[in-house]
Amino acid sequence: MTLEGLLPELAVIRKDFPILERTLAGGLPLVYLDSANTSQKPQVVIDTMVDHLERHNANIARAMHQLGAESTEAFEAARDKVAAFIGAPERDEVIFTKNASEALNLVANTLAWPGDRQVGPGDEVVITEMEHHSNIVPWQLLTQRTGATLRWFGLTDDGQLDLSAIDELITERTKVVSLTWVSNMLGTINPIAEITRKAHAVGALVVVDASQAAPQLPIDLAAMPAEERPDLLAFTGHKVVGPTGIGVLWGSRAVLDVLPPFLGGGEMIETVRMDVSTYAGIPHKFEAGTPPIVEAVGLGAAVDYLGHVGMEAIHRHEQAITAYALEGLQSVKGLTVLGPLDATRRGGAISFEVEGVHPHDIAQVLDSRGVAVRAGHHCAKPAHARFGVQSSTRMSSYLYTEPREIDALVEALEYTRSYFKLD
Amino acid sequence: MSTANGQDLDALYQEIILDHYKNPHGKGLRGDADAAGTAEVHHVNPTCGDEVTLRVHLADGVVDDVSYDAVGCSISQASASVLHDLVVGKGVDEAMAIHQEFLTLMQGKGAIEPDEEVLEDGIAFAGVARFPARVKCALLSWMAWKDATARVTGAATGEGDKA
Ligand SMILES: Cc1ncc(COP(=O)(O)O)c(C=O)c1O
Repeated sequence: MTLEGLLPELAVIRKDFPILERTLAGGLPLVYLDSANTSQKPQVVIDTMVDHLERHNANIARAMHQLGAESTEAFEAARDKVAAFIGAPERDEVIFTKNASEALNLVANTLAWPGDRQVGPGDEVVITEMEHHSNIVPWQLLTQRTGATLRWFGLTDDGQLDLSAIDELITERTKVVSLTWVSNMLGTINPIAEITRKAHAVGALVVVDASQAAPQLPIDLAAMPAEERPDLLAFTGHKVVGPTGIGVLWGSRAVLDVLPPFLGGGEMIETVRMDVSTYAGIPHKFEAGTPPIVEAVGLGAAVDYLGHVGMEAIHRHEQAITAYALEGLQSVKGLTVLGPLDATRRGGAISFEVEGVHPHDIAQVLDSRGVAVRAGHHCAKPAHARFGVQSSTRMSSYLYTEPREIDALVEALEYTRSYFKLD
Repeated sequence: MSTANGQDLDALYQEIILDHYKNPHGKGLRGDADAAGTAEVHHVNPTCGDEVTLRVHLADGVVDDVSYDAVGCSISQASASVLHDLVVGKGVDEAMAIHQEFLTLMQGKGAIEPDEEVLEDGIAFAGVARFPARVKCALLSWMAWKDATARVTGAATGEGDKA
């Protein structure tokens, strides 16, 4: 079966991901539809990491030998690749973190300390009801610790941000607006440019959680008009076919320069005396201690791979698969999709409910058929509460997903209904 | 780890479990949470969000009632129903022993032969013990019950007792 918009070399792409060839218990083929949770890894990422460990391993920046130089070069080359992947205006604006959560915590933590951007009593931080817990809890901590107020955009019934109250929400009291680009639960793509323009007009910082956007949307920060360009942007390596243990915080130099350091330690200093230290410039100022070196190198290979396939093409592929999946899912009796139904205006994570079967039980039966999905609240409890559901089942595709896997999902859902004896 | 073929699925979803799921026994909160001999607790399974609010009423050393409101999967709902059947009307000590028996079964990784004399319908959960991800579902209301009971009797429960 071919659909308009699928990656033309899908069969070749699938061969790049060795795990897709494995079988599960009972010899069943793997149907992996949990890529919004974590993506699978192409051979080139695995090989690059193994090669680094086998041939170039050394600490970076502080080893005065050939291996140290090679390792440092590989690590910094990864920074260049990530910068190119998101179109960062400057490569030094790319900071390596442990994951997206740490990147968001870095920002929320440093805003609590004295500095040009310090958040304090009377200030407001604005988030949205569709955030991942990683973009809620750090802001709760910040506002609780500083006496600032946390506010948020609500959601419309069709899963969009409710922008009707934007002028009451984003005001001269607003210091930070932090929101997700693409929802990990509803799939909604948010109007980042419009909200950033509003926030910038009142002098607020804009933080974008791009954890679900970076895998599937082409991002070109440098090409954005300055008033529409977020100030900070976070994503996580393991969702862009890279390894776990590595994430990215991009921030404009102007903002990163005025944020105080986050963690203190080796590499983030200029000089240290017993009473006081001075700090390195960005990016090192925010990279205390030995970083996840091989993970960064793996991430470099990952974004290179995605760039080679082409983010425009990957986006088209996701849209084609998502449209096909929305159609297939809605053919299942009693199934309700949570979130927008127009594939051209949403990401590839589709959460749904099936009347009469709990998401856990759905996922369990699907797993027995080799179909891997996620069940639960997907770290978005407030968004679930907004739609009056406690949990949901979520399928999510990626560049290696084939239409036949969607067919397998739909078939397994029909089987689930019959297993639980729903008419 | 379990293999996940069709047969195993039937081991997990025993008819007894599905029956309790469809027609839960003792569901709905009863009595007054503030009455003497009563305690109410709210337990959550943080990984999946399953929740139970469970109220225990003890009278003269006997479990007079266990009532609950719960949202969750078939396993967690059915196990609350079986809990109700097994402990209501029993002496607190005997009920605690049943609790221990059920806990041992669930933590036995599928290697334990359940005692039907003690666990009655609870033996249907033997298959659940082979699915590590689902053990917490089966234990949610049981841990809530132990916690609530200890609150009435004044005994302390450790953090580790929470499912
Ligand atoms: C939208 C969103 N934000 C943040 C995260 C957190 O990513 P990580 O757990 O890698 O920090 C995720 C992924 O789970 C996500 O989907």
